[in-house]
Amino acid sequence: MTLLQTHALTARYGDFQALFGIDITLEAGETVAVIGANGAGKTTLMRAISGVLASAPEQILFEGQPIGALASPDIVTRGIAMVPEGRKLFPSLTVEENLLIGAYGTKGSGAWNLARIYDLFPILKERRHSPGTALSGGQQQMVAIGRALMSNPKVLLCDEISLGLAPVVIKDIYAAFPQIKASGASIVIVEQDIGHALKVADRVYCMMEGRITLSGRSSEVSREAIHAAYFGAGVHEHH
Amino acid sequence: MNIIDTLVQGILLGGLYALFAAGLSIVFGIMRLVNLAHGDLIIFAAFAILTITSMFGLNPFVSALIAAPLMFAAGWLLQYFLLNRTLGKDILPPLLVTFGLSIIIQNGLLEGFAADSRRVPLGSLEAATIPLGAVNIGVMPLLTFLSAIVVIVGLNTLIYRAPIGRAFRATSDDPVTAGLMGIRPQRIFATATGLAMVVVTVAALYLGTRANFDPSAGPSRLIYAFEAVIIGGLGSLWGTLAGGVVLGVAQTIGATINPEWQILAGHIAFLAVLAFKPRGFFPRAVD
Repeated sequence: MTLLQTHALTARYGDFQALFGIDITLEAGETVAVIGANGAGKTTLMRAISGVLASAPEQILFEGQPIGALASPDIVTRGIAMVPEGRKLFPSLTVEENLLIGAYGTKGSGAWNLARIYDLFPILKERRHSPGTALSGGQQQMVAIGRALMSNPKVLLCDEISLGLAPVVIKDIYAAFPQIKASGASIVIVEQDIGHALKVADRVYCMMEGRITLSGRSSEVSREAIHAAYFGAGVHEHH
Repeated sequence: MNIIDTLVQGILLGGLYALFAAGLSIVFGIMRLVNLAHGDLIIFAAFAILTITSMFGLNPFVSALIAAPLMFAAGWLLQYFLLNRTLGKDILPPLLVTFGLSIIIQNGLLEGFAADSRRVPLGSLEAATIPLGAVNIGVMPLLTFLSAIVVIVGLNTLIYRAPIGRAFRATSDDPVTAGLMGIRPQRIFATATGLAMVVVTVAALYLGTRANFDPSAGPSRLIYAFEAVIIGGLGSLWGTLAGGVVLGVAQTIGATINPEWQILAGHIAFLAVLAFKPRGFFPRAVD
């Protein structure tokens, strides 16, 4: 069953057009990676789906319903949560309060609650009374992921979760993904780090300059094809 | 002995100024909105209490209980439909709009209640005192001070313990990311202003029963509120009480020396604090 779908999705910032007709799909239970270089439009795509940027209603479908024109609080209430680029923890809130606020827009219960998040990332329990922004980058990323999970989303959008983190820390964070998948959430991972993206994703889309340049099963796309889609065919590495 | 009496009266007067300041402080703290109509809203609430009291022959405390939810609703609507539209990167629109609102409220009250000085009648409670050793403490000033403490404890509990308070702080930090959590910033701001108007009602009750007020009395109340907020340090509610007490004590000491110096002494104390501690006594760490 197709859970989330964009249809000829466009986006612009004033005169600058950032997305030119993006078509992606996410099946229930699936993990999809969106990779691409800086400025390819990946974050814009996430902002459009999460409702931070408004789109035409039919350009984004969730469970068959048009959601393109909904604002972000309505999107999260319907079941799409986002881990924003740069983590965006609330500096006035403690770690635990940052986690609790993730559940603000959703009523009722699900697989994820405070105790489950602390099981997933035990270090957060130790640091739960610290201000969110007093933590290391990796721990802050754990808070951002936990905060999004607190809404018990059907779709989890992860925007550049490895950005600026040490490889060993990135490995720790990606180690949590099997459990997140097992809870039933479908996941969209936006990454510049192709290696990690391909390892956890079932399928991959590659973006360049606001367009999808490649899509396929993670196991089937070749490094050469990704390279061409990532940097543009015919562009040499040496300038 | 006389100095103790002066100090006690000053401290208790500080409770009233803290009540003026607390509403201003939460609106500024959550929305970065400087409400220049704050003093006029206090006077507006005082007229509301007066009207309910005289219309139904109720005790002013009961009238304030009735006025509080009405003021909450008025604040909610004011923020949602007017003031939210002024918020943004530019700090000028909120100042202009609330300045205009201040003029509208003053003239509206003048139209409705004429320019006469009014007072909310309180009967025998007005002059009741409790003898406490060397000094006599007025029941109403004492109630004012205790109410200020209750209001500050209540607001702090709400802001730092309750889910709505988390939403206040998160929205204040980052409205876009707050939206991703399911928070609707426009409604959170409206609720915050509604809450501030409840505090304004409490302030109006004690202002209106303590002293005469008229439609043009708002701006000087705004000055006291500002001074208390800035002496205490932006963003700290206990700081507003400290600021109110500094103002109150300075005014009563000034008045003891020469009755004409009461107001002046408060402003001089404010300027002195500004000169030596420009960020106030308890500035918030974040910011």
